[in-house]
Amino acid sequence: MVNIKELSEKIPERLGPGHRLCAGCGASIAVRQVLMGTEDPLVVVCATGCLEVATTIYPYTAWKIPFMHNAFENAASTISGIETAYRALKKKGKIKKEIKFIAFGGDGGTYDIGLQALSGALERGHNFVYVCYTNEAYMNTGVQRSGATPKGASTTTAPAGKVIPGKVQFRKDLTAIVAAHRIPYVAQGTISHWNDLVTKAQKAFNVEGPAFINVLAMCHRGWRYPQEDTIKIAKLAVETGYWPLIEVEEGIWRFTHKPKERKPVKEFLKTQGRFKHLFTEQNKPILAEIQKEIDDNWTRLERLCEATGRTT
Amino acid sequence: MSKVIALMGDQAAAEAMRQIEPDVLAAYPITPQTEIVMTFAQFVADGLVQTEMIPVESEHSAMSACVGAAASGARTMTATSANGLALMWEIVYIAASTRLPIVMPVVNRALSAPINIHCDHSDSMGARDSGWLQIYCENNQEVYENIIMAVKIAEHKDILLPVMVCQDGFITSHAVEGVKVYNDKQVKDFIGEYKIRHSLLDVDNPVTYGPLDLQDYYFEHKRQQSEAIKNSLKAIPEVFAEFKKHFGVEYDFIETYRLDDADVAMVALSSTAGTTKVVVNELRAQGKKAGLLKPRFFRPFPKEKIVQALSGLKAVAILDRSESFSNQGGPLFTEIRSALFDESKKPLTVNYIYGLGGRDINTEQIKSVFVDLEKIVKEKRVIESINYLGVRG
Repeated sequence: MVNIKELSEKIPERLGPGHRLCAGCGASIAVRQVLMGTEDPLVVVCATGCLEVATTIYPYTAWKIPFMHNAFENAASTISGIETAYRALKKKGKIKKEIKFIAFGGDGGTYDIGLQALSGALERGHNFVYVCYTNEAYMNTGVQRSGATPKGASTTTAPAGKVIPGKVQFRKDLTAIVAAHRIPYVAQGTISHWNDLVTKAQKAFNVEGPAFINVLAMCHRGWRYPQEDTIKIAKLAVETGYWPLIEVEEGIWRFTHKPKERKPVKEFLKTQGRFKHLFTEQNKPILAEIQKEIDDNWTRLERLCEATGRTT
Repeated sequence: MSKVIALMGDQAAAEAMRQIEPDVLAAYPITPQTEIVMTFAQFVADGLVQTEMIPVESEHSAMSACVGAAASGARTMTATSANGLALMWEIVYIAASTRLPIVMPVVNRALSAPINIHCDHSDSMGARDSGWLQIYCENNQEVYENIIMAVKIAEHKDILLPVMVCQDGFITSHAVEGVKVYNDKQVKDFIGEYKIRHSLLDVDNPVTYGPLDLQDYYFEHKRQQSEAIKNSLKAIPEVFAEFKKHFGVEYDFIETYRLDDADVAMVALSSTAGTTKVVVNELRAQGKKAGLLKPRFFRPFPKEKIVQALSGLKAVAILDRSESFSNQGGPLFTEIRSALFDESKKPLTVNYIYGLGGRDINTEQIKSVFVDLEKIVKEKRVIESINYLGVRG
């Protein structure tokens, strides 16, 4: 557990003010919380997306630490190259400092177009942290559906219409896909539970080898809610079991926080314009399907924790 | 100080890379480049080099990792062919635009479809506008020496651009020739140390690489990039001079072969230039004034050298081992013809597209081109500008 006062005094701000992300954007909050996870010097790589375009408009940069944007699908392979260069130059005595490496990608750049590069980098075992800031659609290009978009959400490429009620598929379980690579540390967090997220970031930075954190980082433009509600909605995502706070440490699955009683997912869905069309008589069965999927996932996670956890 | 050993073209590339000993090599296997990476991987496994190798999961990631490594101040290399180059396309442009001195042997192979593993230049010719420098090698000796020179060219302070060193897939990559190999120290002394100006790993002086660059600056950055290509025409001869000083071997942007008093000539890249030399010798023995121009560099395009070499001739046949589907001939033809356009005295030019997908080019076919050239000179006109050599129908 960490103390936010101590953290803010001890760790300098690496993403400076003045960037052009929206007020109430979940991504910048996620980045600042995650970067509190280490005092060591950091090199950041960022996939193409909101975070990149809004923090580095030439000739300005909001980054007070070394930063590279290469392309959309290759944050993981780019950081592979940087981390390898570090090892090569350190071996030759050309670099003395301890440096840590972190890559950020949105869900488009991670669940979809960058999945292969991520998988390759994880399998090769580079020493880096990858953070997916999941806002559940291609927000930078205008709210197009991604592999992380939840069932029923209306996006610009899977809009709710007269015949089709938004996205018909469930989102893929990226956290489980990453965990299947059997890397030292995998976690899921969100920005309302900052203590949980910073602790996870600390663990991620401290393991030898790849670590991954999937951070639900809401986008009020795409999700369609008032910008001041970002943290409230993150909380609801946790309290409804929509976004379970879990970690997988050396293969052992664990809930890091469990709501005393899970609220119905409707409580989360009804706060956002992207799900508005689901609250009709006709679409009632979809709401039931979404609730069932969340219940099933919860049960599956509990079983995983039980099966992999220590019994003592 | 040097020894001659039998090496395939791919092995010659790997041998140069062993001596260069880059800090990072990120590569993915593709025929006919595989021998380079396999040979180098063995050097790594045997502890002959300190290079950190990244066995990436695709060529796209190979070039992506190279961009990251090069921006971190590591001397960085990769190698590829055909579809591999096509897959890394997006990042090939980014490497050049970010001004990263990556060196990449390209073992030329036909692009799909239909899938084919043999030589033509459609892969690297497609990348001619990517901002990379391109060197084409006639034989394994040139493969070896050009790769060593490429490091120095890429890292030259007035250039800072990535370099492709192209050789003909299978024709040289898998053919054994005697290669004069210099000793390791000589090569290391020649290439020196790579010192980056702005490293991502300099955490005390943080830099942002790859920012969003809009209407207000993008154009200036592109203008600087074309200036770097122009500058390379002045800076590369410095590297030639140093190479001569270290190894006693003279290089230039182009090679002319029995061209000084020639009436007609052929222009060809890479291994076909070697085959043409045999034909030129035969024709010369018959008293015919035939010659050859072999461009070594296609980027930067050595316009002045090429114009100077060709403008006094009566007719020139330009051979392209790739099709551009422009109905204006292959890329070598269109660029050379365009370079000659403003000259008051210039030869008649004719294009031959040949050897696609590894189709053999032999001395008989080359002779037939010289017969055509004689006819063009006699009639003082070109009947058909774009011709196909060695193809049915």
